[in-house]
Amino acid sequence: MLSIKNLKVEVEGKAILNGIDLEVKAGEVHAIMGPNGSGKSTLAQVLAGREQFTVVDGTVSYDGQDLLALAPEERARRGLFLGFQYPVEIPGVSNVYLLKAAVNAARTARGEPELDAFDFLTLVRARLEIMDIPETFLYRAVNEDFSGGEKKRNEVLQLLLLEPRLAILDETDSGLDIDALKLVANGVNSLRAPDRAFILVTHYQRLLDYITPDRVHVLAGGRIVKSGDRALALELERRGYDWVKEEAA
Amino acid sequence: MSAALDIRDWYRQEFAGSAPGLAGAGLPWLAAQRRAAIEQFASRGFPTRKDEDWKYTDVAPLAVRYFRPASAVPVDAAALAAFRFDAWQLVFVDGRFAPALSQLDGLPDGVRLTSLAARLREAPDALEGWLGRHVGAARHGFAALNLAFAEDGAVIEIRRGVELEKPIQLLSVSSDPAPRRANAAAGSSPGATEPGSIQHLRHLILVEESAHAAVIESFVALTPGASFSTGVTEIDLAAGSELTHYRLVQNGEDASQIDTTHVQQGRDSRYVAHAVTLGGRLLRHELDCALAAEGAECRFNGLTLARGQAQVDTHTRFDHLAPHTTSREWVRGVLDDEARGVFSGRVVVHPNAQRSDAEQSNRNLLLSPRAEADSRPQLEIYADDVKCAHGAATGSLDPDQLFYLRSRGLEAAHARQLLVYGFAADALARLPFEALRRRVAGALGARLLPGASLEELIR
Repeated sequence: MLSIKNLKVEVEGKAILNGIDLEVKAGEVHAIMGPNGSGKSTLAQVLAGREQFTVVDGTVSYDGQDLLALAPEERARRGLFLGFQYPVEIPGVSNVYLLKAAVNAARTARGEPELDAFDFLTLVRARLEIMDIPETFLYRAVNEDFSGGEKKRNEVLQLLLLEPRLAILDETDSGLDIDALKLVANGVNSLRAPDRAFILVTHYQRLLDYITPDRVHVLAGGRIVKSGDRALALELERRGYDWVKEEAA
Repeated sequence: MSAALDIRDWYRQEFAGSAPGLAGAGLPWLAAQRRAAIEQFASRGFPTRKDEDWKYTDVAPLAVRYFRPASAVPVDAAALAAFRFDAWQLVFVDGRFAPALSQLDGLPDGVRLTSLAARLREAPDALEGWLGRHVGAARHGFAALNLAFAEDGAVIEIRRGVELEKPIQLLSVSSDPAPRRANAAAGSSPGATEPGSIQHLRHLILVEESAHAAVIESFVALTPGASFSTGVTEIDLAAGSELTHYRLVQNGEDASQIDTTHVQQGRDSRYVAHAVTLGGRLLRHELDCALAAEGAECRFNGLTLARGQAQVDTHTRFDHLAPHTTSREWVRGVLDDEARGVFSGRVVVHPNAQRSDAEQSNRNLLLSPRAEADSRPQLEIYADDVKCAHGAATGSLDPDQLFYLRSRGLEAAHARQLLVYGFAADALARLPFEALRRRVAGALGARLLPGASLEELIR
């Protein structure tokens, strides 16, 4: 589904990713772990189409297409979803407007008719319940005055509504209490399917207690320095990141 | 051009022709005020950019074109339905009170709501000393013209302790840009174009002790032609009274409108103004609040959307004249195309106004490289124990917000429109009057997000 080859990325002339190789197949869940500043968020945002990052080398192919040639909205419409580490506040724009516009953009891209207000509400209510989000959130401005946990739950609500083919969750677990973490994991697990893949970017092993990954990768210094199965995550939890960095050096 | 009449002579000549027919023409005190006003105009003319207060407002287009009163064209009541609110309504068409279009049924005791012309007829001397007390001819050429020519307006008198349960709407309608032809021979203007239409409205709002009221001033144009209007609203708030004052400008593409509002505030009075400006060519609104007694408070929330070649100016002056007075100002502008916005916010804390508290915030969003915003906060503080804060920022759309929306599948153009809507709609949250909030959200939505339902747009 996703094939990243030798991806090198700079921001304002500074190298952040120094040759990433990663293969993600449909149905798989990959966890990307690593210390702060290792390039995890940059990778997530480059995949979603963030323009301020400059790709200097390498290729990314998504369903056989050149992902890097697509505009961010085009990637979204083809089923790629990024759950933001820091969801952006948009004063004056109601959450419900954004959610409905996003769902209808995805539906239009799939050749399905747009949902009207009534059908949309039916769809969204079921998912609000899964995420334990009150309906009043729909009529608040996007992420404005949401607590950290509310912002993350709102990201997963969008994930549930959009049902993407490839979901990249950038530290969606950071700053969550255990109940919120379970809600987030529950939401993700409910979407796991043979034709869908996940990339979980995380700093902590804790999330992986609730979402079992197929592969775990360690990103350090802009490279994937080690890959393994779930046991690797547990080892990182026990030993920290320094040994991996030393091993790689 | 050599044969063209100087603009000062034009208005003096117009005055000579129309003075005998103006409202209250038989009242010596008013006739003298009007004569003095036209003389004031004749000597000073319109302000120019050399005047400090008009540095950023070029009114030259109004000074090189002739304007005269519009012909009285009947307006169909149905044409106004979309502009009415659930309120007692005084409708003015081209500067004249239109009783048949107005709605004054069920006014409670203690409220007098009349047209200026009618009040001058019924109680010839009741307004002596009030008209022109705070906004006189000396202020500038537009105020002088207004005082000289104003035929009508509203006189609102709220007696002591009365609390109105519905707002009062003053709806000003421009019906016909074609001028009255009575004096066509004199009407050849410098550019050989026909004179545009002019109108002057003058409102007086007197709120007695502890009374509460809300007034909506709204301005609409039924035709897009060249028009020029001046407006003066003089407001007196007695001790403990409260006035909420809404202003909604949806004027025509070639409409110029210069308005001055003065609020004289007594002890513990509260004035809350919300101004939304959506359409017009050259618009200037001046708001003065004189916080003249302890505990007085004024609040102003402004939102402007301008595009094309529009110029929209907001000039406020809040005078803290007594201790423990408060002013709050929050102004937002969205400027597209070659539009220009000026915000000039002056706060003067006078020497004895200790423990005054003033805050001011102005933000502008520029959507085009040729749009321009001039922000001029001016704090003058002559007391030592005060709290004053101000902030101003002008910028373009936030790339983080744009990326977030696009990552959700919204086209870049749609995402931009949505962010502009959000910037403007943030101001709506401050509007306590739901019907107006919905009206403005609808107008913003229609312009920026066609197809969106109101329920999705409004919080």
